[in-house]
Amino acid sequence: MRDHATEFPTRTQDETHTVGCTVNGREYEAVVDPRMTLADFLREKLRLTGTHLGCEHGVCGACTVIVDGAATRSCLMLAVQADGAQVETVEGLAEDGELSPLQCAFKRNHALQCGFCTPGFLMSVTAALREESVTTEEQAREVLSGNICRCTGYTGLVKSVLEASAGKEGNA
Amino acid sequence: MKPGRFTYHSPRSLDEALAALQVYGDDAKVLAGGQSLMPMLNFRLARFEHLVDVNRLGAEYAEPTFGDTRITIPLLVRQRRVERSEEAARLLPVLTEALAQVAHPQIRNRGTICGSLAHADPAAELPSVLSVLDATFTIASSRGVREVPAEEFFLFHLTTSLEPDELLLQVSVPRPPVNQFSSFREFATRRGDFALAGVAAVCEVDAAGVVTTCRVAAAGVAPTPHRLTDVEALVTGASLNEDLWPDVEAAARAQVDPTGDIHASAEYRSRLTGVLVKRALADIRGKLEASRA
Ligand SMILES: Cc1cc2nc3c(=O)[nH]c(=O)nc-3n(C[C@H](O)[C@H](O)[C@H](O)COP(=O)(O)OP(=O)(O)OC[C@H]3O[C@@H](n4cnc5c(N)ncnc54)[C@H](O)[C@@H]3O)c2cc1C
Ligand code: FES
Ligand code: FES
Repeated sequence: MRDHATEFPTRTQDETHTVGCTVNGREYEAVVDPRMTLADFLREKLRLTGTHLGCEHGVCGACTVIVDGAATRSCLMLAVQADGAQVETVEGLAEDGELSPLQCAFKRNHALQCGFCTPGFLMSVTAALREESVTTEEQAREVLSGNICRCTGYTGLVKSVLEASAGKEGNA
Repeated sequence: MKPGRFTYHSPRSLDEALAALQVYGDDAKVLAGGQSLMPMLNFRLARFEHLVDVNRLGAEYAEPTFGDTRITIPLLVRQRRVERSEEAARLLPVLTEALAQVAHPQIRNRGTICGSLAHADPAAELPSVLSVLDATFTIASSRGVREVPAEEFFLFHLTTSLEPDELLLQVSVPRPPVNQFSSFREFATRRGDFALAGVAAVCEVDAAGVVTTCRVAAAGVAPTPHRLTDVEALVTGASLNEDLWPDVEAAARAQVDPTGDIHASAEYRSRLTGVLVKRALADIRGKLEASRA
């Protein structure tokens, strides 16, 4: 193979990078430090603070967003890596102030208490239900297993996943 | 916490990536799915002057190929991509079964198969799976391309034979013959956690039901994927049935020397290994019977 030492491109060595991405259907552009995570980019640059940060090492799931259709830990992705991506966050779930069926199910079933974990659960489950329907409690627990709630337990969450998947609607 | 400063490189071709690694070698780290590297950077357990992000090398590195003689998984194939592949489930059930137990879907959506292998966590599922599948690791640098088998790739806890300027370009396995059956079994305390122990097994069985080839490896009980050669010797030439289980279990337990930690004692882990070997072989027998029903 060729010797590259003398011809190595310099364009990647900028101190900062411009990131352009679509978040909840809106286009954004910002200049970031390469070490900024996607989570901090959403929260600090775009002021979309619905995405929460718990552990910052991939375990708790609070920071889960949907990137190009796939549920992703935003604490484990760099903002520069989202250049050109389609990102969905919890802010994008409600349409014209109407909660999504999954959000309604959370409300009906008291699937949250303090709400810290809720955005992550909503995004994980939203992505999972697009892939396939969830009809058993075991499946629901599997779908929920990548997120941690430290308040309210998982019973209401399991019920919400099943109801949302079955198409049950309404707030009450 | 947040990562320390680094210079970010986003090569658009393999040549460019290898060039960056050649120039920055020791001070650089490859960033693939980031599911192991980013936690270390966030916690400042590790710090590198340069990150070489391989995520934009091109779509051709993101798809597995199921060829007539070999199945090839290039460096950008996400774990979830293979987990959801019907062809993989049919040809390499041991891989599909193991992938479903690697972390959670959100992690597998980004984590790559090659990244898990390059990371070489002793508790990870994939190194032992690729070992029993007789994988070839293709390693590239600007000095050239070399190929090594699993025994030469995994050296120690988090250590492989990859040099600082090298990329794991792909991993490939022989397309399995129709008489090959495989299984992965593990035990973890919570869904998605690293396993206390795991076992990957592959058997080839002749028309009379006699095992002609057997490869078994354990995860989580040694610094590298641990081939259970005594179990392999017992099973080869035998039929998979209950009479075999006590000897197999004893052989497995005798051949591991795990360390104990806060999660499980050494004694527990070796007993578990014996039980998991039995479960994996029983599963293989079930698949064999189903195929002949
Ligand atoms: C909450 C959580 C739970 C997890 N649970 C499990 C589990 O149960 N089982 C399990 O096996 N894993 C688990 N993981 C780890 C996960 O599987 C990682 O995805 C995987 O280990 C690394 O793959 P990656 O593509 O993300 O690599 P990265 O994190 O990008 O890289 C990991 C290391 O490999 C190097 N590297 C990556 N790709 C290459 C390449 N092509 N060539 C050379 N070097 C390369 C990097 O430089 C780095 O040193 C878990 C992770 C998290 C966050
Ligand atoms: S903050 Fe990202 S997983 Fe906990
Ligand atoms: S509602 Fe408080 S952490 Fe889940």
